[in-house]
Amino acid sequence: MNSIEAVYQWARQAWVIWMILLFLGIVFWAFRPKNKRRFEEDGMIPFKDENNGG
Amino acid sequence: MTAPTASPERVAYNEEIVKKFVIAATFFGVVGFIAGTFIAFQLAFPILNLGLEWTTFGRLRPVHTSAVVFAFGGNIMLGTSFYVVQRTCRQTLFGGPTFANLIFWGYQLVIVLAATGYILGITQSKEYAEPEWYVDLLLTVVWVMYLIAFAGTLMTRRESHIYVANWFYLAFILTIAVLHLGNNVAVPVSWTGTKSYIAMTGVQDAMTQWWYGHNAVGFFLTAGFLGLMYYFIPKQAERPVYSYRLSVIHYWSLIFLYIWAGPHHLYYTALPDWTQTLGMAFSVMLWMPSWGGMINGLMTLSGAWHKLRTDPVLRFLVTSVAFYGMSTFEGPAMSIKAVNSLSHYTDWTIGHVHSGALGWVAFVSFGALYFLVPKLWNRERLYSLRMVTWHFWIATIGIVLYITSMWISGIMQGLMWRAYDEYGFLQYSFIETVEAMKPYYIIRATGGLLFVAGALIMVYNFIKTANGELRNELAFEDVPETAQEPAKV
Repeated sequence: MNSIEAVYQWARQAWVIWMILLFLGIVFWAFRPKNKRRFEEDGMIPFKDENNGG
Repeated sequence: MTAPTASPERVAYNEEIVKKFVIAATFFGVVGFIAGTFIAFQLAFPILNLGLEWTTFGRLRPVHTSAVVFAFGGNIMLGTSFYVVQRTCRQTLFGGPTFANLIFWGYQLVIVLAATGYILGITQSKEYAEPEWYVDLLLTVVWVMYLIAFAGTLMTRRESHIYVANWFYLAFILTIAVLHLGNNVAVPVSWTGTKSYIAMTGVQDAMTQWWYGHNAVGFFLTAGFLGLMYYFIPKQAERPVYSYRLSVIHYWSLIFLYIWAGPHHLYYTALPDWTQTLGMAFSVMLWMPSWGGMINGLMTLSGAWHKLRTDPVLRFLVTSVAFYGMSTFEGPAMSIKAVNSLSHYTDWTIGHVHSGALGWVAFVSFGALYFLVPKLWNRERLYSLRMVTWHFWIATIGIVLYITSMWISGIMQGLMWRAYDEYGFLQYSFIETVEAMKPYYIIRATGGLLFVAGALIMVYNFIKTANGELRNELAFEDVPETAQEPAKV
């Protein structure tokens, strides 16, 4: 149990690093060329219900 | 069905509930603007305190702030979120109409209980969290119901992706829930009395309060209204948002950073230095979501700027984004400790808040209301577009008067407070600084009057629109650039 606690204490100290890595991961996901088309389509969602009086 | 490619089945959206919120928001907006203008005049002419305890500045000020933020802004948020989530999920509101009505009336009850309490002197003295424990408990119930209706609609959606506007709305709902519970941990003195005591004391209480206070600005007045922006600007401009990928970055940078900015309200206090520096660092980093949102909102118009000439509703929406950019540029600048040592406790802060509140929050809300009213009441268009233009310019002049007068008076006030004479004594007494600000108080209150006048024009326009009338007026015509030049042949 002690070793898990030690790992937790160590990871806690570096929380800002983990948050930055997570954020950079999101940036990578958003700007990955493979996802370009998919995000362009997602941006069209507000116009999809136009025959419904929208 | 003539358009089988889009959505094949018609969804019965719950629009009655959105109508109710639109009416409530319009009503409380006018009440809140009038209350603000009245207390602005009280500062210039103290006789307006009327010598009654119920009408003193101290009791009416929370009536103003709660009316504009929670009653006007809150009803806008609940109403637009219900409209947007249904349409972007192509699903009717989760929980049914009765549940939605309970949320509506529960929320109005919270507003009325809070406001009447303030006037009677019932307050826990926490800024923007003044309501006492019994109102806090009621709001908790209403808010959980709101979350159920919103998240339930998301979970039963017919669209595979959750549109970005809903992310912002959901962040708003969840974070406000956490802030509300965290900041209002209080012990009532008795079950039958209104008085309670906050569990935390001293600097912990102050830090919790400003963790709440700043994130009320961050997640109520910023994240929530960004959700609104990401739906209504594309709809009114009839083109998708400039960059959906940027909206992802915009969202997450705001989520990661905002929650840490609270300590900038407590510089040079008993708060530990490292906490102050942490708050400053995160506040400055907030320039990132500030620019992300501004670029995305404004660039949606790229290639379609001419629409601003003919569409005053779009003008409201786009100007709001410009004010968003300006006030969220000013905010991080003011959170730098050296700047804050001049600006803190002065009118500069009040001016900053109002460039965000009037220019960003109110303008984007007006844009959404002007979009919604003809749609919800099934009218061809608004009663009058010319009146929207009048509203726009009168309100804009009001805001400019407000923020420029507060810049001047705030900076002057800060400089007077820190002025020393040759012997090292303070050069001005406190009352001299107050006296010097009087002309600016009058200018500010005049700006407020103009803002109220604009809102009343809007109310008139809405009543006429709901009645189905169309004003006989010259339409705005889009004159192409080339046609304005003299003929060359």
